[in-house]
Amino acid sequence: MDEKEKNTGIKLEYEIIKDDFSRAGEASSNIKRVLRQLGIDSSVIRKTAIATYEAEINVVIHSEGGKMVVNIEPDKIEITAKDNGPGIKDIDQAMQKGFSTASQKVRELGFGAGMGLPNMKRSCDEFYIESEFGKGTTVKMIFKL
Amino acid sequence: MKEYWHSVDLEKEKCNGCTICLRRCPTEAIRIRDGKAKIIKERCIDCGECIRVCPYHAKKAFADDLSSIEKYKFKIALVSLPLYGQFKLNKDINRVFNCFYELGFDMVYDVAFAADIATSLQSDILKNNSTKPLIATLCPAIIRLIQIRFPSLIDHIINIESPMEIAARLAKEKASKEYCLNINDIGAFYMTQCPAKITSIKKPLGIKKSYVDGAIPIKSIYTKLIKIYDEVKKDDKIQQASGDGIGWARVGGQSFSLDMDKYLAVDGIENVINVLEEIELGKLNNIDFFEGYACVTGCVGGPLNVENPFVAKNRIRQLSQKYGKRSLEKEDVNKLIKDVDIEWTEEIEPLSILKLDQNIEKAIEKMELIEKIDKQLPGIDCGCCGAPNCHAMAEDVVKGTACLEDCIVMLRKKADK
Ligand SMILES: Nc1ncnc2c1ncn2[C@@H]1O[C@H](COP(=O)(O)OP(=O)(O)OP(=O)(O)O)[C@@H](O)[C@H]1O
Ligand code: SF4
Ligand SMILES: [Mg+2]
Repeated sequence: MDEKEKNTGIKLEYEIIKDDFSRAGEASSNIKRVLRQLGIDSSVIRKTAIATYEAEINVVIHSEGGKMVVNIEPDKIEITAKDNGPGIKDIDQAMQKGFSTASQKVRELGFGAGMGLPNMKRSCDEFYIESEFGKGTTVKMIFKL
Repeated sequence: MKEYWHSVDLEKEKCNGCTICLRRCPTEAIRIRDGKAKIIKERCIDCGECIRVCPYHAKKAFADDLSSIEKYKFKIALVSLPLYGQFKLNKDINRVFNCFYELGFDMVYDVAFAADIATSLQSDILKNNSTKPLIATLCPAIIRLIQIRFPSLIDHIINIESPMEIAARLAKEKASKEYCLNINDIGAFYMTQCPAKITSIKKPLGIKKSYVDGAIPIKSIYTKLIKIYDEVKKDDKIQQASGDGIGWARVGGQSFSLDMDKYLAVDGIENVINVLEEIELGKLNNIDFFEGYACVTGCVGGPLNVENPFVAKNRIRQLSQKYGKRSLEKEDVNKLIKDVDIEWTEEIEPLSILKLDQNIEKAIEKMELIEKIDKQLPGIDCGCCGAPNCHAMAEDVVKGTACLEDCIVMLRKKADK
């Protein structure tokens, strides 16, 4: 976990490793603990936890790995999940409920319903997704406080 | 915020300041100060883990002893569910229950029977439910854990009384009717398996005041019962629970009695925490019912019991089989509870005791400082500073309840300079 000095808020960083299911969920549960200590409303904590968990899992499953950066300011939480590829071919399609390219193996683990991205979008107040095929994907979510 | 009372306590003379309880406390509620353990009371959920692990038996529960029943004209013993598992199966449990007369009680009431009633009530609630999963309320330590760490799950908690409370109300009602007694002259005492139950009597959740007047640890009466057993003369029919009701003493018993298909039954506080994390993430929305217990094996594994939890759990299973299934007719249940309240009247409130500051900007500042200090600390979680791990130590330093030099590694670094 990394944190840099900044006057307005606190920054937390988490490395996310490809295919590492044993650690998947660690970042989101850590973020939850921090938010609780900051006294954030429990419904916001829950939404944030769900969204970060989905973002984290997507990086674990679908990408080459990446990192999650959390910025908490008095009026908002900003979460960015950035990975190192392979990127998404058709973002509109990926955003559709039920669309998934998850392998059979991953589905057996209980993922791959194609609900992650739609849930993330629904949970936060602002949602941005950028992807360059062959390069990587960045998902940014903002939760207002 | 109301001052919080909890029942786990420390016998200072016995504590030698080792760090065993410190590391095992699931809510990081213990610190070692001046060579003795100290419980941060707002954080304690009374799970009893420290009582269980303390090699010096320095942790105990505030409880009542037998003499305290003398305060009441009419004395009721509420024989708890785990009691069923404390005696070899060649002992007749109804005879054990009759021993309580010899201890000075005027009435003995089978709490497992109240579990039969609770089964019927819960099954109605589960039928008309859309919140998934519903969380069972048998273990008060888990409710407190939810208040502190999982406040967003408060709405999932089933809001009916525990078998202990239902039993107290029914027994008192029966006593006052049959013997024309004023309710204030009746004392109902619960034979408790754990500190969490004691707390739920003294500081109830969901209701204004408990109908139970005191709690006597099973441990403290067990040998007396064994001694009386052979001589007891009375032979009232006290045991009236079905196998289903008795089964509530062990993990999974509620789900079994409710004929649940999609349920999770989890024991051990760390396991419960992990599952609640998943529920909070919405990953277990396909489950209808969750029963969670602070104690491994369920209440039969409570720290104030006598028998080995696994042996006792096995007995409960056998007794459940022996007494068999019996679903109470709805009409009978309604008749039984028509004069007593069984639903909660008070809201379960979230407890924000983990909050660093009321003001979010200040809280963020403190958080930054904590992370900064955490990075300076050695990260070996040795516990020598009196905090359970380096991160908790960093928090204590920022809160002003510890200083950096309490860490021996930091102190040495400073001395080397
Ligand atoms: N970080 C990413 N890198 C590459 N592809 C991605 C990434 N995130 C999502 N995708 C693609 O978008 C699809 C939809 O993602 P979404 O999270 O909605 O569903 P899922 O991960 O397949 O299933 P679920 O999230 O329900 O377990 C994925 O199947 C994958 O093809
Ligand atoms: S599981 Fe049962 S015995 Fe253990 S703390 Fe909870 S209520 Fe008490
Ligand atoms: Mg996904």
